[in-house]
Amino acid sequence: MKISLFIPCFIDACYPQVGISMAQVLERLGHQVEYPEDFTCCGQPAFNSGYWDEARAVAEKVLAMYRSAEIIVGVSGSCGAMMTTFYKELFHGTPLEAEANAHAAKCWEFSDFLVTKLGVTDVGAKFPAKVTFHDGCHGLRELGLKKQPRALLAKVKGLELIEMGAAESCCGFGGTFAVKFPMISTAMGEVKCDSALKTNADYIVSCDASCLMHIQGLADRQKKPLRTMHLAEVLAKQ
Amino acid sequence: MSEREPILGRIREALRAAAPKPGLLSGPGQRVPAHEKRPTDFRPWLPAVGESFDERAALFAKNSAELKTDFQLVADRAELQTKLVALAHAEGWKKIATHAGDLTNFAFAALGMPVVRTDSRYDVNELESSDAGITECDALVAQTGSVVVTTRSAGGRALSVLPPHHVVLARRDQLLRDLPAAFAALKRQYGSDYPSMMCLITGPSRTGDIERILVLGAHGPKKLTIFCL
Amino acid sequence: MSTVAQTFKETARRLTRDLRHRELIQNALGKYYVGRDEKKARFQNWQEARQAAAEIKWDAVNHLDKYLEEFVSKLEARGTKVFWASTGQQACDYIVEVAKKRNVRSIVKSKAMTGEEIHLAQALEKSGVEVVETDLGEYIVQLREEPPYHIVFPAMHLTRHEISDLFTKKLGTAPTDNPEELTMIARRTLRKKYCAADMGISGANFAVAETGMISLTTNEGNGRLSTSLPKVHVAVIGIEKVLPTLDDLALFLPMLATAGAAQAVSCYNTFIGGPRQDGESDGPEEFHVVLLDNGRTRLLADAEQRDTLHCIRCGACLNVCPIYKNIGGHTYGTTYMGPIGSVLTPHLRGLKEWKHLSFASSLCGACTEACPVKIDLHHHLLQNRRNAIRCASPWWEKLIFKGFVTLMNHPAFYRLGVKLGWFGQKFHWLVKGTRLDPMYAWTQSREAPPLALHTFKDYWRRKKS
Ligand code: SF4
Repeated sequence: MKISLFIPCFIDACYPQVGISMAQVLERLGHQVEYPEDFTCCGQPAFNSGYWDEARAVAEKVLAMYRSAEIIVGVSGSCGAMMTTFYKELFHGTPLEAEANAHAAKCWEFSDFLVTKLGVTDVGAKFPAKVTFHDGCHGLRELGLKKQPRALLAKVKGLELIEMGAAESCCGFGGTFAVKFPMISTAMGEVKCDSALKTNADYIVSCDASCLMHIQGLADRQKKPLRTMHLAEVLAKQ
Repeated sequence: MSEREPILGRIREALRAAAPKPGLLSGPGQRVPAHEKRPTDFRPWLPAVGESFDERAALFAKNSAELKTDFQLVADRAELQTKLVALAHAEGWKKIATHAGDLTNFAFAALGMPVVRTDSRYDVNELESSDAGITECDALVAQTGSVVVTTRSAGGRALSVLPPHHVVLARRDQLLRDLPAAFAALKRQYGSDYPSMMCLITGPSRTGDIERILVLGAHGPKKLTIFCL
Repeated sequence: MSTVAQTFKETARRLTRDLRHRELIQNALGKYYVGRDEKKARFQNWQEARQAAAEIKWDAVNHLDKYLEEFVSKLEARGTKVFWASTGQQACDYIVEVAKKRNVRSIVKSKAMTGEEIHLAQALEKSGVEVVETDLGEYIVQLREEPPYHIVFPAMHLTRHEISDLFTKKLGTAPTDNPEELTMIARRTLRKKYCAADMGISGANFAVAETGMISLTTNEGNGRLSTSLPKVHVAVIGIEKVLPTLDDLALFLPMLATAGAAQAVSCYNTFIGGPRQDGESDGPEEFHVVLLDNGRTRLLADAEQRDTLHCIRCGACLNVCPIYKNIGGHTYGTTYMGPIGSVLTPHLRGLKEWKHLSFASSLCGACTEACPVKIDLHHHLLQNRRNAIRCASPWWEKLIFKGFVTLMNHPAFYRLGVKLGWFGQKFHWLVKGTRLDPMYAWTQSREAPPLALHTFKDYWRRKKS
């Protein structure tokens, strides 16, 4: 299968390893991957801040860039939700509505793609560690990611998954919310860190690097012994 | 001045634009296909209830235990009499309140103690100082452990809620399956001439307003006893 | 920034750091989650039930004129006086007038969020009538002279000790840390009030058009007592409360209780269709229904967000909201708090002053998932943000997003930006976490993620060549 990668801006700039891991896993499974190098951002920061016109200006380019793609696989639950659910809303009633819908239908989040579309759960990964899983809200509620990442983790050799309490509650990142209301965002993050710490896991794993960025940043500042890792990185370990 | 026409006018004006149908934006875990017509039969989705009397009675008993309702099946009037007298004794009732009815009359006779009747105008303070209010009912609902009362079946509005102990006398054929059956029964019974108050009572009065800790008897009865004959 | 927004931020800052508050709320709601999941699991199909409830409410709200007329004509046929109020003021004036006419000196009020919305108790007190809240939680917050903390659990923020102290101070009772004894103190005090009151005030959870009845849900029985004993009963109802048929309650009553309070159904669901009828031995001589618009028709006119009027005020969205759980109910400064409050308030009280509520959300969608009538709450928060930006946005923010578009739509700029950022972050430590830090909003409480020297784009280039 020819797969077009979708690498969100902050993963490109801050967490390239996450993107690289996804590309490696897909290639290891025998797929041909390509990447539109001009891709930058899906427009979510503007959309979430109320700047829908600006978001549309960015999103239009994205639609054009992936127009000929057969299948688009992305490595972020949140940006994935943007390209599926929220593009439909963003382009509702505009000439590009049909195209946004067609685009949404081609988009997959990485774990969902592996498990639901390819029917693969064992990617041959090995990672001897205790991990706990944080359900990123957009992945969970907009894309229905719940069983898929867990099915993949279950097949990673040596890995033990310990569920944390309230795994489904928000970590407090929320995009621009994190900087507009840092006090609330931080409090939510603390609650999340506490749940994770109680499991004694070595790593918090998630499908969303943005949640992990927030959790890690908070844990580092508060000197909490927490490490985070994206699911793609876990799956790339051998 | 009542603003009836201006409000209705604003409503009609507002409704000229059509609203999107519900559920279109639901996430995958919550999405179900829209129903073609607005649904009227809720049974397939509500909590399940068995068909037979025994299943209904068992479920009612289970719900009652959870709700802290004292639910007792009694075989006949003789047993009812024994149990009522024992209850009155155990609780130390000195005065009861009740209304006219086949079962309530029997209970009143069996208990033989001072009584406040709420069939016509009565003194609220007398009712308030009664130890128990004994009523009949329209139905029992197995699905939820509820008792259906109305002003007509249960001696007015206050009898079933003001005294500290509410005793319900019901017949087996009144034990219905579920809420849809209960509303259907009310419709059948009263048609277009409904009593001014109908109520679905589910357990004794309760509150959790202090640290979410359950306390019975917040304002209404602290105890609810149901005898099903 | 508006002063209400300022106050919101300041209170939020204080409460989010209050670990005692955090624990109190988490504990209170912890019990709710367990019970709710268990009750939900009893439904044969919760998602179908939600969809059905949403469709029924959609039908009701989108034919509101028809159903309201039906509701009112049925009510009036049995001697109920119906008053239509465009504003809260009109509603208050009418009720004060009724109280005057009937020589009312004391009123027992069962919980009604519409009453809170229009400040009814204050209006009546000003006219010299005593108003006592009878819901235990409402009674407690009334004694404390503060608004409810939650639309279903008004005194959720208080410990038994605080309540005991309050009772000692206001009622002169002996201190106790037993919730049951505390409840009994309130029971004894309020019993006297019920028997003496001349008027009972309630809200309604539903208004059944088919039979002309209000449906009133309480657990404590205060709703029944307030509507049985006094000679006048007044119900204040938002116009959106209609349900087409009596049978619909078979779906809505269990959903309301399950979603809102983790119960199969609430203790007392009371359906009132008029004042005392011929042949009835008790009940009020007069029954007044006040139908309240107060901004609802404005919301109705917004087709995109019309489903907000489906709300049955169950409180489920508050219970699951991580924002609510961290900032608590009073911080909002609104009648309706939590997600539904953040969606509604800008419509009811003005977007300009209240838009901050729509921004104060991580858009996690827990509210939307919890809502029994499927209101698209977090989508509406996004729409409110869009509308807020359209009507007014700070110039500097506009500039930032113009810059954002330029950067993102020109990959070369973007690459350059990332490289410059990488270089710039070398000097970040000089200002990090201080007010001079351009990333202060982030770095005041969190470490910033380092920009990578070799980005994914670099990796891809290398890989290709
Ligand atoms: S918006 Fe939904 S969840 Fe929130 S109070 Fe209203 S009905 Fe309940």
